[in-house]
Amino acid sequence: MSLLTVSKLNACYGDFQALFEIDLEANPGEVVAIIGANGAGKSTFLSAIAGNVRSRGNAISLGGEAISGLRPWEIVRRGVALVPEGRRLFSSLSVEENLLIGAYAKKKDAWPLAQIYELFPQLKLKNRLSSLSLSGGEQQMVAIGRALISNPRLLMCDELSLGLAPVVVHDIYETLAAIRDRGVALIIVEQNVKQALAFADRVYCFQEGRVSLTGRANQLKPEQISRAYFGLEGAA
Amino acid sequence: MSGWLDSILQGLLLGALYALFAAGLSLVFGVMRLVNVAHGDFIVLSAFLALALQRLLGFSSPFLTLILLVPLMFIFGYLLQRTVLNPALGEDILRPVLITFGLSVIIQNGLLQAFSADSQKLHGGRLEVASIALPAGLAVGTLPLLTLVVSAALIGLLQWMLYNTRLGRALRATSDDLSTAGLMGVNTPHLFAVAAGIAMVTVAVAGVFTGVRASFDAVSGPDWLIFAFEAVIIGGLGSLWGTLAGGMILGMAQTTGARFSPSWQLLSGHLVFLAILIFWPRGLFPRRME
Repeated sequence: MSLLTVSKLNACYGDFQALFEIDLEANPGEVVAIIGANGAGKSTFLSAIAGNVRSRGNAISLGGEAISGLRPWEIVRRGVALVPEGRRLFSSLSVEENLLIGAYAKKKDAWPLAQIYELFPQLKLKNRLSSLSLSGGEQQMVAIGRALISNPRLLMCDELSLGLAPVVVHDIYETLAAIRDRGVALIIVEQNVKQALAFADRVYCFQEGRVSLTGRANQLKPEQISRAYFGLEGAA
Repeated sequence: MSGWLDSILQGLLLGALYALFAAGLSLVFGVMRLVNVAHGDFIVLSAFLALALQRLLGFSSPFLTLILLVPLMFIFGYLLQRTVLNPALGEDILRPVLITFGLSVIIQNGLLQAFSADSQKLHGGRLEVASIALPAGLAVGTLPLLTLVVSAALIGLLQWMLYNTRLGRALRATSDDLSTAGLMGVNTPHLFAVAAGIAMVTVAVAGVFTGVRASFDAVSGPDWLIFAFEAVIIGGLGSLWGTLAGGMILGMAQTTGARFSPSWQLLSGHLVFLAILIFWPRGLFPRRME
């Protein structure tokens, strides 16, 4: 049985329905990528899993337990962590405090602070600095570390590579691979389709709030993807 | 010359009381951007509660009532936040203001019903008139000095809590970004209620110290609220040490103003407040903002 099972998920922002009948699965140690144009509902989907966008019924279950309708802090405790788009670090907290706040909900020490520093050695040197004084890549490391320290079974990353230099993106994805190898399920939302296809096991393409294409990353054809991405018939 | 020095000294001590008024207001605003218009009335309420507890249980000193009043006010603050104020928080900053304004009216009228419109005082016995002589012919009252010590200690404790504990970290993170704090596992409605409870602890202490120092009645709250607001604004929003400094500046402005003419006491406090608002709109020690 898969770790995360989403079936027929609908989500709304007020009167505006952003997601329609989404089906998705993620397994331990697997990387699932969600691609799609701006406004396709990718971030909304992650927010719905994390509980920041409310969803109804039994649409979302984690390890067999329904988590739809729970509040965000209850969902974290069940092992779902989100690295939000734009990192959203706490500006009045130091680097180390930002990491520790991730441990607020922690049950056991699967990822102690020392191990986070092992993963991102340069953060250790800057642990007392304000999180705002870091480079974009370092801030992203803090955001990932902060999510990891809550000991997630499912780690969701929203637009990790946005605004970062390619070499930094490369390093960050190497770290993600190490995290995956520990049996954590990953869901990544990526603008960079090439990056997503290279790293993911399976891909879901969203279009206007619906899944327009899904399949194994290495089996999807470019023309299939561009059609599912842009919704244009015959686009190459 | 020593007259001026005395005014400044007494102003500092008076300001410590204002800082005590303001600490809870500052904490609640800093954490949840909630402007509590009923803050002064809560202080009056706890002064009356101290009075009632002392009569009922025969405490020899009003300060001893704090043993009961502090936990009582913490629970009151927690429940009030959880049931009434949390649902009002959101994009619209006006809603909680209106609700606390309503609470203010309710508390004032409730106190009028329960305790009549008579002016009351808590009786601190010898402590009220005791004083300590200083060089140059100056003297400080033991009670004002005790107020200063308690006020500074309480603010220091709050500051320590904010910067050195897990709870404080969560409070600061929530103040930065509410929804992301939730994603990190912070139960934000509960956290807000704890913050409100802590603020009510400062209110309980402020109520007893004020009640011993000055007389109060059911409608004293708004007067005290003004001083608390001015102390917070002078010091800079979100900064607790700033609030202590703000209270002292306000106190000194009042006592030195009173040297020109007693009728100038309140006016000069307000004028200094206005001047600071004009030249330092964010207060003297604002917390670093993003």
